[in-house]
Amino acid sequence: MKRLFKEFTKGIIIENPTFGLVLGLCPTLAVSTSVRNALGMGLAATFVLICSNIIISSVRRVIPNQIRIPCFIVIIATFVTIVEMLMKAYFPALNVSLGIFVPLIVVNCIVLGRAEAFACKNPVLPSLFDGLGMGVGFTLALIIIASIREVLGAGKFLGFHLIKGFEPIGVMVLAPGALLTLGFLIGLVNYLNGKKVTRNRPSEARENGCK
Amino acid sequence: MDVSKFIAIIISTVFINNFILSKFLGLCPFIGVSKETKPAVSMGLAVTFVITMSSLITWLVYRWLLLPFGITYLRTISFILVIASFVQLVEMVIRKFFPHLYRAFGIYLPLITVNCAVLGAAVLNSQDFFVNGQPVAGSFWFSLTQGFFAGIGYLLAMLLMSGIRERLELIDPPKSLSGVPLAFIIASLMSLAFMGFSGFKF
Repeated sequence: MKRLFKEFTKGIIIENPTFGLVLGLCPTLAVSTSVRNALGMGLAATFVLICSNIIISSVRRVIPNQIRIPCFIVIIATFVTIVEMLMKAYFPALNVSLGIFVPLIVVNCIVLGRAEAFACKNPVLPSLFDGLGMGVGFTLALIIIASIREVLGAGKFLGFHLIKGFEPIGVMVLAPGALLTLGFLIGLVNYLNGKKVTRNRPSEARENGCK
Repeated sequence: MDVSKFIAIIISTVFINNFILSKFLGLCPFIGVSKETKPAVSMGLAVTFVITMSSLITWLVYRWLLLPFGITYLRTISFILVIASFVQLVEMVIRKFFPHLYRAFGIYLPLITVNCAVLGAAVLNSQDFFVNGQPVAGSFWFSLTQGFFAGIGYLLAMLLMSGIRERLELIDPPKSLSGVPLAFIIASLMSLAFMGFSGFKF
């Protein structure tokens, strides 16, 4: 039980997929224009993560090692298709605002990364908690970025107006604002961690984590 | 088919809707491989090739396989499978017949499979150039153009970014900002500059 809890919490803080491992950036930046979108994307990715982790860890002994990546991709793509169809049926507005980033969950490095790094080596239950933790970590990171962008860029939070007379900084909800917010947030996390980031090898391991 | 539409697509995919700087597709290699110019350009060229070819193949799959049988909901899964197997095939062919080329581009090919720019271009093509399950006039060539020039835009962004980052090696930023965070801040400024192109009107 203690171990399961550890698998769950590590994804939220220490190995947070966005700030710690710097994985899955494209959807993070593209859908964080509003908290509502961020929440939708986070939940969709969490669902895919949990399901694909469960399936992959339960068939991990059957899949031959050489063709494991295509197998993982097929399993992940199946769940993404399920999410896509559910979203189209029940949340059409969300589906329109997330756009092509719903099918693109397939190539989200977080999902494939967890399959490769964790689910194909561990039993079902820890994999489930690993997926859940990573999903929650991803959702939290998305919500943090989206709150900053939505408050500064539109003067709103979850669609409610916050401050009267505040002129929103329009650029924050556009592309440059996303990159700027993420840059400073990762910088902040580095600062808080007090990591000794040497100049010549700026956290090489994390840069090679996802390409 | 008229030429002005092609020009509109070209300008729009290279500058206005640049895949990296305004659509956020393919950011991971953009941050990861852009430390030096040479690997960045190799990566850009490899991406251009794969995007163009996969635009062609996925268009054919979508038009002649998914649409006639009414199974468009299998779009995601079939596109990613086609792209992954195509990349694998290209890797094998290059390794066998062009060992020199393989040494230059080989290591980038497997990474491209999970590059969202490639799947993104395929999905965008199937959204933009098909109306109600029917291809618009010249749809095939539009898809090919959009794919190829998305790659060119990618190459352009990679080239600019790596040039800036090479020079940044010489400066002394705050410790917690050096590396990835600084790369994002630069990308943000670049994207601000690219926003200027959205003033183009057609």
